[in-house]
Amino acid sequence: MSGKRLVVERLCVGFGAGAAHRRVVRDLSFTVEPGRAVALVGESGSGKSVTARSLVGLAGSTAAVSAQRLSFGPHALRALPEPGWRSLRGREIGFVLQDALVSLDPLRPVGHEIAEALAVHRWGTRSGRRDRVIELLREVGVPEPEFRARQRPDQLSGGLRQRALIAAALAMDPGLVIADEPTTALDATVQAQILDLFGAIKARGSGLLIISHDLSVVSRLADEVVVMQAGRAVEQGPTAQVLGAPRHPYTRSLIEAVPGTHPKGTRLAGLGRGALCPQPREPERKPAPVVLEAIDLLKRYPGPDRDERAAVDRVSFTLRGGQTLGIVGESGSGKTTAARIVLGLVEPDGGRVTLDGNAWVDPGRIVERQRRGRRRAMGVIYQDPLGSFDPRWTVGRILSDALDAAGVPRAGQDGRIRLLLDRVRLTADHADRLPTHLSGGQRQRVAIARALATEPRIIVCDEPVSALDVSVQAQILDLLADLQADLGVAYLFISHDLGVIRHVSDEVLVMRHGRVVEAGPVETVFHAPRHPFTRQLLAASAAA
Amino acid sequence: MSDTSPFPTAPAAPPAASPDRLHVLARRILSRCLGSVGVLLAAATVSFLAMHMMPGDIVSAILGGPAADPTPQTVAAAVREYGLDRPLPVQYGLYLDRLLHGNLGTSFSQHLPVIAVLRAELLPTLELAASALVLAWLLALASVLGTVRRRSWLSALGSGLETVGAALPQFWLGLLLLWLFAFTIHLLPPAGSDSVAALVLPTVALAVPLGGFLAQVTREAFEIALDQPFVLTARARGLGDWSVRTRHVLRHALLPGISLSNWAVGALIGNAVVIETIFSRKGIGRQLVLGVSSQDMPLTIGIVLLVSLTYVVAGFLTDALYVLVDPRLGARR
Amino acid sequence: MSAGLLDAAAGSAAAEAGQAGSRRPALRVAPALAGLFLLFLLLAAIAPDLLSHTDPLAIVPRDAFRPPGWAHPFGTDQSGRDIFARIVHGTRQSLLVGLGATGLAMAAAIGLGLLGGLCGRVAERAVGWLVQVMFSFPVLILALLFAASFGNGIVPLVAATGIGSAPGYARMVFGQVLSVRDAGYVEAARALGHGPLRIVRAHVLPNAMRPLVVTATMGVGHAIMWASALSFLGLGAPPPRPEWGTMLSMGRSFVANAWWLTFFPGLAIVLTMLSTTVLGRALQRRLEGRTA
Repeated sequence: MSGKRLVVERLCVGFGAGAAHRRVVRDLSFTVEPGRAVALVGESGSGKSVTARSLVGLAGSTAAVSAQRLSFGPHALRALPEPGWRSLRGREIGFVLQDALVSLDPLRPVGHEIAEALAVHRWGTRSGRRDRVIELLREVGVPEPEFRARQRPDQLSGGLRQRALIAAALAMDPGLVIADEPTTALDATVQAQILDLFGAIKARGSGLLIISHDLSVVSRLADEVVVMQAGRAVEQGPTAQVLGAPRHPYTRSLIEAVPGTHPKGTRLAGLGRGALCPQPREPERKPAPVVLEAIDLLKRYPGPDRDERAAVDRVSFTLRGGQTLGIVGESGSGKTTAARIVLGLVEPDGGRVTLDGNAWVDPGRIVERQRRGRRRAMGVIYQDPLGSFDPRWTVGRILSDALDAAGVPRAGQDGRIRLLLDRVRLTADHADRLPTHLSGGQRQRVAIARALATEPRIIVCDEPVSALDVSVQAQILDLLADLQADLGVAYLFISHDLGVIRHVSDEVLVMRHGRVVEAGPVETVFHAPRHPFTRQLLAASAAA
Repeated sequence: MSDTSPFPTAPAAPPAASPDRLHVLARRILSRCLGSVGVLLAAATVSFLAMHMMPGDIVSAILGGPAADPTPQTVAAAVREYGLDRPLPVQYGLYLDRLLHGNLGTSFSQHLPVIAVLRAELLPTLELAASALVLAWLLALASVLGTVRRRSWLSALGSGLETVGAALPQFWLGLLLLWLFAFTIHLLPPAGSDSVAALVLPTVALAVPLGGFLAQVTREAFEIALDQPFVLTARARGLGDWSVRTRHVLRHALLPGISLSNWAVGALIGNAVVIETIFSRKGIGRQLVLGVSSQDMPLTIGIVLLVSLTYVVAGFLTDALYVLVDPRLGARR
Repeated sequence: MSAGLLDAAAGSAAAEAGQAGSRRPALRVAPALAGLFLLFLLLAAIAPDLLSHTDPLAIVPRDAFRPPGWAHPFGTDQSGRDIFARIVHGTRQSLLVGLGATGLAMAAAIGLGLLGGLCGRVAERAVGWLVQVMFSFPVLILALLFAASFGNGIVPLVAATGIGSAPGYARMVFGQVLSVRDAGYVEAARALGHGPLRIVRAHVLPNAMRPLVVTATMGVGHAIMWASALSFLGLGAPPPRPEWGTMLSMGRSFVANAWWLTFFPGLAIVLTMLSTTVLGRALQRRLEGRTA
């Protein structure tokens, strides 16, 4: 491995001409040494992805890229013409994107994609390339490489296809690998394996540039961190120093916004600004009454080979008033199906749910008509709030629709809408806006306001913060905590993120393959996990 | 890095066992066949009802249209054969029975068995439809590959031409071509169905509007595919723009157009009706017009059934082609 | 979770903003022109005498086959009738046929789509199959078959064109109803405790019908074309009355030496089709702009 360093000095990227010109990256400088890893950290819109693309000449034809110095080893990258870029891409600089399901051509076998990376640079003969593909797949830890090479991304698991994507980037043995959110769509346990793989790439002598919003990824892999905000580097330096003793308030707020390290009842947002207002909750002396009980829930779905597969397999739990029950698991663990059964939106094949001691879901005995009048006792918040709003409706109309369901007469609705918006920290003029014109965090606030409109005792939260930036996530989690303290509402909180679950929950349920593998009070589960899967999950998650 | 990977293997996706895929395939084919039988039955039923809804006497419709003057004996024979004195369901049953035996009746406008007419006229129409389909795809591909996301004026030109092309009625385009190339500059023959030269103008008249439409569909899919992450990955691998477009993007962009091929074949055969009339070509389209205008019901029904059959075959080919381009079986249902 | 993609989206949005600077004016001119042309058509349909003082039926044998010129901007036909006047006076008929056929097709399609989308699994499969089959069946042949059964005239023409184009709409309505039925906001409404009638009325109907506005706009142009094709084949309006398709059909015999007999009526059809397409697209962009 020839040691080549990437030098970036005062990089600027802008889009648009004249008055419409918008600078997305300003005066960014860093160096990636061979065998070292640099991480660009920031939230959406910080310009980190654009930076990554500019370094392979793929920021787009409308991007204006300028820099005082931009070089990789002997190659000057500044104002490099397209043919020059093409010979560098893949050969000298490998590029890995997130989610190989869409980052690899979904119509072609992964082996073809890797072979293409070789063929473009006229590497070897056809049969030589075929052998090299197998070798590469083996190197990145894909079992049965001959078989896997013939499969398409949709036939591979998330981890395997991400490995294949990495293999394609490594095909020409590049001196620098740029990875843009390489582990973002993956389950925690798989994520850990992919991070180890990147560690091995680094150890081999390649330079590594990691783009990530996830501080735990960064802390594991990077030697140096560049924290970006709105196109600028606000802080940069060795990882331990930046993450351990952040100097810039933005870095501090980013670190403090990550849940999991703070006990329940602590505020996540605003800590960095010194506005410390923890609300430690009184330990409950006598247990609150059970509001929701699920007994032996069972739901089967026909699999691809017409075998029935249990998505939810004999799941039982109880939720007490004013408390939070967290359900954690990886994708496909059945946690969302369980939530939909509890909501009475999916009829289970077995088991029942009681609400306040009365039958709520009981196949064969309770029908939807009997539930309808009682639905106001249970609210719901989804991961994608936008999809849960009628695209034609303004925020006011959405809330008024929910107030209709609560039986509030039209005459009194305006005032109630204002109160609801105020509860979720939105202003009254948001009522006239369309959800499409709101930010992700504001949309989720509207969804919370809608859930509150019927004055429910329970709110089912299905991955409510997974699509949000960490600082927005912190605000939403704080809001949910406040609402629980004020209104005594109970949450059934579903998430794949152990940190979030640990932060919000009183009790935790760990699910895997449709079954509950572990359940108990949050601290017990996190400090003394009994099931090996829980331990594996905790080990994989940086929150542990 | 050593061969013994230090990382635990990720849980593998269930390997695509071939018996399962065969099973799925068999089910698909079976349901396709049932669907096809349904199509033919539907076409036969609609034709049957249309015949009974026709203004005028059904006996004369069978025996030679309004102009015929059948003897009482022939009328009686027809009434017996077609069961016209019996209830409608019985007539329907008899009708289906005749169809199953390949008896489509006699065309009185041609004084020939319908089967014979169809046999003679099908090939020229298929020839025309096939050549037009090929040309339409060539035009569409040229426009899409040449202009999508190129310089902004080029993109605008391409999409503008496609819109105009798709808005041209075949019959008008046919007449214009006829006037220009056959009557004004005498380059190509105005009519006929025997030479290749005579195929040119009808083909163009059919292909341009279809090509415009296919190009619009393909362009949209092409633009969507160009924005996909796998395109960025391919570029980051060092692939040039042209290779990215032809090797990766095009395949995705073809899918919507291919799934419309079935419809396109139908549209071509339908529009062949007008084009064959304009260019005085042999073909089932022109026969259909003759059949309808002379109220020759046996011929009309025969052609409708034949078109349905063509449509069924085209449906099979479309499906096969789709699976070939997109191996993700079951992506469409 | 998808911070990287969001970042990318911000980048491409910026890229679009950059491109749109040069493209947007052209896009706005086309819908304006299309709207203007359709207004002109509307005027011609309502008050044709305002646009042309010539009697479209006046036969002047000595003026036969006059090429386009000052006296007759579009020339005259074999009987010396003014083609411009005939096109203007034919507008009403053609537009009525187009609107009528589209209306008929939409009504049938909406009925079928709602039946399939909301009335249980059996109805869903049946409608799905029917729509799939009918969609690919040639419009013109379907229409011809119906024209043959209904006989000649305007009403059969409208019916035949409408029935012929209904499957296309039905396919779309059906697909829309299915996707809206499974949309997140419908589930959210169910979770709030709203009943099925209210959900259909408040969400399913309006959202499923919205894209139809676009399709119907474009469809009017297509219906006019299909109707013209039927007229062209001699199955439309009886000859003396001016109608675009019939004019084309009449002019066909003289195409060798009098091109204007076919060129101008056809041009009217093309421009109508283009205008409805362009306007429909502009409408679509506005709708998508609001929801995307």
